[in-house]
Amino acid sequence: MEFQAKELFAKHGVATTLGVVAETPEAARAAAEEMGGVTVVKAQVKAGGRGKAGGVKIAKTADEAESYARDILGMEIKGLRVNRVLVTPATPPVEEYYFSFLLDRSNRSHLCIASVEGGVEIEEVAKTNPDAVKQIPINALEGVTPEKAAAIVDEAKFPAELRDQAIEMVQNLWKVYVEEDATLVEVNPLARLEGDKLEALDGKVSLDENASEVRHPDHAQFEIREEADALESKAKDKGLNYVKLDGQVGIIGNGAGLVMSTLDVVAYAGEAHGGVKPANFLDIGGGANAQVMADGLDVILNDEQVKSVFVNVFGGITACDEVANGIKGALEILGDSATKPLVVRLDGNNVDKGRAILDELNHPLVTQVDTMDGAADKAAELAHQA
Amino acid sequence: MSIYLNKDSKIIVQGMTGGMGAKHTTLMVESGANIVGGVNARKAGTTVELGGQELPVFGTVEEAMKETGANVSVAFVPPAFTKDACIEAIDAEIPLLVVITEGVPVLDTAEVVAYLEGKSTRMIGPNCPGIITPDESLAGITPHTIAGKGPVGLVSKSGTLTYQMMFELKDYGFTTAIGIGGDPIIGTTHIDALEAFENDPDTKAIVMIGEIGGDAEERAAAYIKDHVTKPVVGYVAGFTAPEGKTMGHAGAIVSGSSGTAQAKKEALEAAGVKVGKTPSETAALMREVLQAL
Repeated sequence: MEFQAKELFAKHGVATTLGVVAETPEAARAAAEEMGGVTVVKAQVKAGGRGKAGGVKIAKTADEAESYARDILGMEIKGLRVNRVLVTPATPPVEEYYFSFLLDRSNRSHLCIASVEGGVEIEEVAKTNPDAVKQIPINALEGVTPEKAAAIVDEAKFPAELRDQAIEMVQNLWKVYVEEDATLVEVNPLARLEGDKLEALDGKVSLDENASEVRHPDHAQFEIREEADALESKAKDKGLNYVKLDGQVGIIGNGAGLVMSTLDVVAYAGEAHGGVKPANFLDIGGGANAQVMADGLDVILNDEQVKSVFVNVFGGITACDEVANGIKGALEILGDSATKPLVVRLDGNNVDKGRAILDELNHPLVTQVDTMDGAADKAAELAHQA
Repeated sequence: MSIYLNKDSKIIVQGMTGGMGAKHTTLMVESGANIVGGVNARKAGTTVELGGQELPVFGTVEEAMKETGANVSVAFVPPAFTKDACIEAIDAEIPLLVVITEGVPVLDTAEVVAYLEGKSTRMIGPNCPGIITPDESLAGITPHTIAGKGPVGLVSKSGTLTYQMMFELKDYGFTTAIGIGGDPIIGTTHIDALEAFENDPDTKAIVMIGEIGGDAEERAAAYIKDHVTKPVVGYVAGFTAPEGKTMGHAGAIVSGSSGTAQAKKEALEAAGVKVGKTPSETAALMREVLQAL
């Protein structure tokens, strides 16, 4: 969110105005009073287009700040509820620029995008006047040296009187990118204020989750859970790789690619069964023991939309008998709280033993089907009948 | 023949003494791969018994190569140390480096990929199942029991879909199956593997498995159109994935209109690649291709 991006900017010496985060209209009023003068009240959600959605207002008085905060708090922007606003002194820009560093997958390196033509509507500028949006590759080994920063500023044609400030800001933004392990650092708009002062008026930072795990324990503070879906939040607590979708067939599988593929196969199968769709993505990875399986089933069975569950496992390293024991154990752990039919497809390593364990279990909720397509069809059929 | 890996490959394992490293070194030995040792600076000079073989532990990749003639390294080191392990292997000029480690910071991978520029090492991964040339060698975690030798070359972003596809086509078999990994930045790409399969006389047809995110499949499609004469059958996972959600692989996220499974399928079909809607349909398309050869 904007206020978090600004915290990271400030940490690395990027000129910005932090403002005050308010969760109530009264707190917004107090902040505006403290600042005095005209303020801006901005919705804080992880989504673009906040201004267009009515989530950004200019308040001439503290009264107005309170009243706008009352309107904005609780509002939904792109499906996300606004739980906090940022109050900052209004600093009307003389000019607006755009600047970002981002991961460039195609070129397997980093890219800088800079433009002195307009800030907020950069996509529009990129379409109508592509020459005004400079794309400058960054060598991942060399990074952004003072010389590179100067070259960027000159290529983007920042005004001469802002050159030194811009060079410093570019270097500091690169520090945010590298030292925080970001995959995107965006300033939009990068504002030229009265008195030729450059400031990051709004911004966005995307952090690399792998790096946060490895070397930025402090990044956990940036995760705001209340926006997340309740089931996703629960899954995260249990360390599961789960994404909630809008559908009726719960999915459990091993390996991201196979699970994605399973979603597709279920969606195709659903076409013949009343249009039922996959309800989630859940990758339980290699070690599908009873506890992981139980945790996964627990999350999925608590999804009220779910009518049936498809467990699709290809035993590569994992042995199918371990997976079958996992399902058996999970059903024991869950007991009577397991109420929806399970279609299980096991293949690969130790498949015969795995299938035998489930045959012997002979659980009323469990149906085994030998192929991925057949199992998807059965799961869709059961979801449609329920 | 095969690509990148064959019966003469001599393999060392960086991180052989760790949990993952020991487990999979054992499986590689059992598969018949020629594992000649491991690297761990703190345990240099000792030996470890894995899969019934006494394997020497060396202090550095350079030393291991000198002592054993190794030409492949498989890395299982933890993500925090993967960058250094890769740089060490590249500096030692190991011809093939296979990085299995999941969760490597993407800035580290970007640095390693930039470091590879002009060097003699080919890197596969990170976050991948590695490479298998059935009945000859295995550098990675792909189960060697799924399928044997045959005329199909396989390149895939996903590990489990590699296994699934090998299983579907086990009656035909594979020259080499390579999992390139699902991270946003990787060493060996679809295009690299396609080029190698095109040049491998024993590979008669190629299966290419992609997934949502990025534009690697679109670029591969353009490459196939201009450079690949062998039949290619494709599969793309993630048709039903919603925009803006990460599906397990750090690279598998759809943003805007690019990177969707549909866009990738269309690009591949425009390049003459037959694309299956499901793994089984993809396997069926490959069967038709192989029967017509």
